Amino acid sequence: MTPLRTILLAIMLATGLASPVLAVLPSEMLKDPALEARARVLSEELRCLVCQNQSIDDSEAPLAADLRVLLRQRLSAGDTDSQVLDYLVARYGEYILLKPRLNWHTVLLWAAPPLTLFAGLIVALIAWRRAGGNRPTVPLAEDEEKALRRLTSGPQSNITES
Amino acid sequence: MIVELGHFALVLALGLALIQSSVPLLGALRGDLRLMVVAAPAALTQFLLVGLAFAALVHAYVVSDFSLLTVADNSNSAMPLLYKITGVWGNHEGSMLLWVLILALYGALVAAFGQNLPEKLKALVLSVQGWIASAFLLFILTTSNPFLRVAQPPVEGQDLNPVLQDIGLAIHPPLLYLGYVGCSISFAFALAALIDGRIDAAWARWARPWTLAAWIFLTLGIAMGSYWAYYELGWGGFWFWDPVENASLMPWLATTALLHSAIVMEKRDALKIWTVLLAILAFSLSLVGTFLVRSGVLTSVHAFASDPTRGVFILAILVVFIGGALSLFAARAGTLAPGGVFAPISREGALVLNNIFLSAVLATVVVGTLYPLALSALTGEVISVGPPFYTLTFVPLAAPLLFLVPFGPLLAWKRGDLLAAAQRLFAAFGAALLVAIVAAAFAGTANVLALAGVWLGAWLIGGALSELATRLRVGTVPLAASASRLAGLPRSALGTTLAHAGLGVTVLGVVIATTWSSEAIRSMKPGETVDIAGYAVTLDGYTNTPGDQFNETDIHFSVRSGGALVAAMAPSKRTFADRQTTTTEVALKNRGFSQLYISLGDIAADGTATVRLYFKPFVTFIWLGAILMALGGLLSLSDRRLRVGAPRVARAKPQAAPAE
Repeated sequence: MTPLRTILLAIMLATGLASPVLAVLPSEMLKDPALEARARVLSEELRCLVCQNQSIDDSEAPLAADLRVLLRQRLSAGDTDSQVLDYLVARYGEYILLKPRLNWHTVLLWAAPPLTLFAGLIVALIAWRRAGGNRPTVPLAEDEEKALRRLTSGPQSNITES
Repeated sequence: MIVELGHFALVLALGLALIQSSVPLLGALRGDLRLMVVAAPAALTQFLLVGLAFAALVHAYVVSDFSLLTVADNSNSAMPLLYKITGVWGNHEGSMLLWVLILALYGALVAAFGQNLPEKLKALVLSVQGWIASAFLLFILTTSNPFLRVAQPPVEGQDLNPVLQDIGLAIHPPLLYLGYVGCSISFAFALAALIDGRIDAAWARWARPWTLAAWIFLTLGIAMGSYWAYYELGWGGFWFWDPVENASLMPWLATTALLHSAIVMEKRDALKIWTVLLAILAFSLSLVGTFLVRSGVLTSVHAFASDPTRGVFILAILVVFIGGALSLFAARAGTLAPGGVFAPISREGALVLNNIFLSAVLATVVVGTLYPLALSALTGEVISVGPPFYTLTFVPLAAPLLFLVPFGPLLAWKRGDLLAAAQRLFAAFGAALLVAIVAAAFAGTANVLALAGVWLGAWLIGGALSELATRLRVGTVPLAASASRLAGLPRSALGTTLAHAGLGVTVLGVVIATTWSSEAIRSMKPGETVDIAGYAVTLDGYTNTPGDQFNETDIHFSVRSGGALVAAMAPSKRTFADRQTTTTEVALKNRGFSQLYISLGDIAADGTATVRLYFKPFVTFIWLGAILMALGGLLSLSDRRLRVGAPRVARAKPQAAPAE
C-alpha cells in the first residue's frame, strides 16, 4: 500500500522469507473439493506468522505453505474446523488467529464498535435535549403577536428572499 | 554546493517556521496588526525555502550524487529518470521532506488565497501551521536528514528497490500526503477558533474547502494504493485491513464526517463544538498514520524499542499536538456558543446520525489497528486483528449508514418529512430491487447477504439520482425546464449526487468482486488450457528478454471465449541480477467492467508454470466509484459562488428572514 508495506515486502523478498512462489500451490490442494473448500475458508482466518499482516492463504512464505499443509493434514484426519483451530492455537498461540477469540483480553476490542455507536446516540440525545430540541412550542405573547402582525401586514414587506 | 544550499535552506525554513509560529500568535493575542501581518509573507517564504531544499535533493538524485547517503542507498545511475525522481520519496528521509513541502504548500496557499479571511483568524491559522512545520523540520534535521554526506562516496548507488519502481507507487505517496497534510489546515482553523473563542458559520465556510481538498486527495490516494496492491502484490485482493492501509482510512473517515458536520455548521450554525473536535481528530489521525508508518512500531513493538530515536520523536510530536489540541478543546469548547435547534427528523438530524455511524466505524478501525499494539505493550500478549474481525464489525456498522445515505439530502433543514422523503425514494427502492433480482438470476440466491449488498449499492446510486430528479422536478415540469434547472443547480448539490452515487458504485464493485470472483490455481505446461468463468485460457509459450537492470521472462496466454480469440495476456517474471531478487508482474485484461487476472508462481525446469487465474466481475467499479467520489468533491470545491461572496453579503444585509 504505502511505502512501508512495499519496503517490508521488499525486505521479505530480499531475505528470502517470501520466495516468489504463489500462495496455495496446486500440489497442496486436497482431492476432495468440500474438504479443500473448508481448508480455504480456514486458511483465510489464519495468520502467516512471519509476514506483515497476511493470511496463510495469501502468503508466499514457506512457513505459510507448511501451515497450509498441516491444516489440510488435520482436516483429512477428520478434525472439525474448531478442532483444527484449537490445535493451531495450542501450537502457535492466539497470534495465529486473524479473528481474535473473545476473552478478557479482547473484550474491549469486540465491544468497542457497538459501544461507540450507543455512546454516540446517547451523547447526541443529551446534547439535543440540552440545546432545547424537545422544548414544546410556546405560543407567542400578545405583544409579540402584534409586532409580528405589524411587520408582515404592511403594504411593502421588507422581507426579501436571500 | 547545491546540496549544501538545500541543507541551508532547510535550516532557514526551521528558523522562519519558529517566527511564523510565535510572532503572528503574539499579534493576534495582543490585537497588534503589525505582528499579525508577518504570517502571510513568512508562510510564502517558508514554502520557497522548503521548495528549494526539495529541489536540491531532487537534483542530487537526478545527477546521481552518491556522496549523499540517501542517494547512495536508494538510487542508481542506470535507473530511468522517472524513477530517479520518484526515488526521492521512496525512502524515509525524502518522504518526510515531501511531507513538510506539502505542509508548506498548504500554508502558502492559505496565505495567498486567504485575502478574505479576517486578519486575526489568518494569523492564528498560519501560526498553528508554523508549530507543525517547526516540529517536523526539527524532526527531519535532527533524526532524518536527507542531506547527510558520506566520507567515501561509492562509485555506484544501491539502486531503488525493484518493487518501488512502479508508476503507481510514484504517485501514491504524494497523493496520500496531500490528503494527510491537508487535514492540518482544518486542524489549524479549529485551534484558531478555540484560541480566539469565536466560531461561526463563516468559519465553516472558510475551513470547508480545505477539508474537501484533503478529502479528495485521500480518496484518490487510498483508491490508488488499493489498485496498486491489487495488481502488484499478485493475489487479487484490493483491501487487506493492513495497519498501514487503516492509517489512511482513519483520516478519510474522519474527514468524511467533518465534511458533513461542517455543512450543518455552515447552513445552520449548529454542531460547532463537534465540528471543531472532528477537525482536531482528523489531523490527529493523520499524525497517528504517519507515526504508525514511519516509526516501525507496526512491524513489531520490539523493532520500535531497539531503534527508538525517530519513533520516540514522532511519538513526542503526537503527544504534544494531539494532547495539546484536546486540552485546548477541553478548556475552551465551553466558550463556543451553541447554535440553531432542530427536530430529530431533519437534514441536521440525518447528518448527526451520519456522524454517529461514521464515528463508530472510525472507532472500529482505530481500535482494530491500535488494540494489538496496546495489548502487546501492556501485557506482552500478542494477538492479530485481521480481515475476519473487520468483516464482523465494520460491515454491520457501515451497512445501516449506507442505507440511510439517500434519505439525508431529501430531508428539509430544521424539520423534515420522513414519509415524503421515503415516497421520493420509492423508485430508487424498486430499481435497486430489480438490480438485485437480476444479480440473483445470474448468480443464484445462495448468498443472500451479497444480494443485499448489491441492493444497497444500487439503492445508493438510485437514491442519489432520485434526489437529483427531485431538485430538477423531473416529471412535474417539461424536460427543457428540468434541463435549465440542471444548469442553474449549485455545483455543490451536483457534487453530493456524484459522490453518493460513486459510493454506491464502489459498494457494488466490492460486493460483486468479492463474492462472485472465480479462481483457478494450476500447474500449466505450454499448450495446456484452463477454463475460467466461460473463458478458455491457453498457455502458448515463453519469451526471454535480457535487459540492463533485469531479465524479463514473459509467459504468453491466449484467451478465447466461445472459440474466438478475445485477448492475449502476458504476465512476467523479472530477475534482478544486482539484488538477487525476482518480482512478478501480473497480467490484467478488462472485459467490460470485469477483469481477467493472471499471476505467476515458479517456473520449473521442464517448463511447467504455476499459474493463478482469476475472473473478477465488476472489480473496476471499486476504483471507478472512488474516482466519481473525488470528482463529486472537486465539483463541490469549484462552487465558488456559494463560498466566497456569501459571508460578506450576509454581513452587509440586516437580519433577513430565512429563505427556506
